[in-house]
Amino acid sequence: MRILDGGLVTTVQDTGRHGHYHIGMPPSGAMDQFAHKVGNWLVGNDESDATLEMTYMGADVEFEDDAVFAVTGAEMEPTLEDEPVPMWTAVQADAGDTLSLEFATEGARTYLAVAGGVDIVPVMGSRSTYTLIGIGGHEGRSLEAGDELPIGEPSADVDDVIGNSIDEADRPDYSTNEINVVMGLCDYRLTDEGRQRFLDADWKVSDEADRVGYRFEGPDIRDMFEEREQPFGAGTDVTNVVDLGYPVGSIQMAGQPIILMRDAVTGGGYTTVGTIVSPDRGALSQCRTHSTVDFNAVDVEEALEIRRERDELLTDIQESL
Amino acid sequence: MSEQTITRQELPSPRYEYGGDDWVFVELDEAMSFDANFKAQAITQEIRQNSLEGLVEVAPSNASYLIQFDPAVLHPDELIEELKSLEDEIDVSDYQWEARVFDIPVFYDDPWTHDTLMDFRERHQDPDATDLEYSAELNGFDSVEAFVDHHSGAPHMVTMIGFVPGLPFCFQMVPRDEQIEVPKYEQPRTATPSRAIGFGGAFTAIYPVPGAGGYQLYGRTPVEVLDVDQELSAFEESMVLPNPGDILNFRQIDREEYDAIREEVEDGSYEYNYDRVDFEPQAFFEDPDGYNERLLEVLE
Repeated sequence: MRILDGGLVTTVQDTGRHGHYHIGMPPSGAMDQFAHKVGNWLVGNDESDATLEMTYMGADVEFEDDAVFAVTGAEMEPTLEDEPVPMWTAVQADAGDTLSLEFATEGARTYLAVAGGVDIVPVMGSRSTYTLIGIGGHEGRSLEAGDELPIGEPSADVDDVIGNSIDEADRPDYSTNEINVVMGLCDYRLTDEGRQRFLDADWKVSDEADRVGYRFEGPDIRDMFEEREQPFGAGTDVTNVVDLGYPVGSIQMAGQPIILMRDAVTGGGYTTVGTIVSPDRGALSQCRTHSTVDFNAVDVEEALEIRRERDELLTDIQESL
Repeated sequence: MSEQTITRQELPSPRYEYGGDDWVFVELDEAMSFDANFKAQAITQEIRQNSLEGLVEVAPSNASYLIQFDPAVLHPDELIEELKSLEDEIDVSDYQWEARVFDIPVFYDDPWTHDTLMDFRERHQDPDATDLEYSAELNGFDSVEAFVDHHSGAPHMVTMIGFVPGLPFCFQMVPRDEQIEVPKYEQPRTATPSRAIGFGGAFTAIYPVPGAGGYQLYGRTPVEVLDVDQELSAFEESMVLPNPGDILNFRQIDREEYDAIREEVEDGSYEYNYDRVDFEPQAFFEDPDGYNERLLEVLE
């Protein structure tokens, strides 16, 4: 597969590079794991096979051999040889065909899964691109015109998957901006009133929203904090704590709230006040800059139930394919 | 150096916190201490060796630790019960581990971090001083030289790796009243040179890659703490140099030695000076000066 136009930011991603958080290595991997996994299943791949993640503006690619592909995630009006092709559907391409994707009309991230997967050498067990230190993916960076990506051997029944599609009802609604959060971690640093104001506020996704984290604009956070004599080693600012680990999905109060995503900084000295429930991290990654997010506090049992429902939906989809 | 012991810290009841549906964060103390850190290291080492299914990430931090798990396999309350029983069982003074002691040459007050800190004076508490001058005065030292002698005068324990891959947070192995404490920048810088030696709160950090940063800048090391291509011999097993629980000794060097080491690092021939020791917390607590001296003998 040859990249004709890399779009805005297009990277190779999979289910992530796990087990290295203690050396400061975030998992990376597809920001919207639902769209990534479903794309892979549509074309007969394993969920851990590598796809292309495109952000806001899609890439143009040329298939050098016959291929079966699926485009999932944000709507990017894909065309194959200038003919519209459906999203969330396995489509056949002939050698030499060009697939073009446009600006996302709803949502922010789109995935291109190709039968056989993007077959580059994994780094520490994953093909995911982590651009900060330049590992994984294609040369550890975003894709550019002229890059060539090898495609693996498709599964034996690849001809049977052509035309596979996901029910309209099972496709995510990227226009909803309600994000479930389990408050906690160091939220004892907020006053009760401050915690409530944090949850009640309208938070707008700022321009600084990428694979590392989503920074939000909204009310002043400093007066949400409880005054205290700072403990030894924490630093002098009211928002400082003794440097600690940040979960992926956690909200850190660094001047403004930042929600850490899959290329997270793994730790630091800002207060963390809660963690987005895992399926909603993917939903948040589809929230566009300048959109407003509504945080909904849930307890851990509700969070586990949201996760279970998501896992059941994924199992149903996988079995239907 | 004094002939003090390390005063043991009575830790409060840990805070066990849910991180969404798939993380548990445990804060052993709000304040930094060897007791809190050694306990975090001991519990995380034990839980790794435990046969508990469903663990994804186990990461000790300075006075806390973080665990990610698969909630389809392990309920967070089951994990927390296990962690509580480990917390009851573990006595930090009995706990030992194999640590590596590394010689880390540092060019203090180097031209590169100096240029950077001068570019960001408006974000600093004291725009008219350098970061070293500010830190020396705040901690009661007569001169920058005396401050640097103190920073390089006793080894530092790696108490956490994080922020970015390979970045060590280091806590100097001296009694509390000899610990340096310095605020972070009022507004973080947007630039920091790679291999900069920074200080914030009670921690020294080595920045593996260029980027943003809020720690006071003291110097630069010619050696790498991250080698993505694993070309240097010390990186045979991992692309990051130290692990939590390892010990770094910062050694003052001049420009000439900096350039000579840098050349060897760049051509891939540099051999790190390090060796392994069995670290015994109790012996360290009782006589930190004597213990540190014996630790550093392995570098000779």
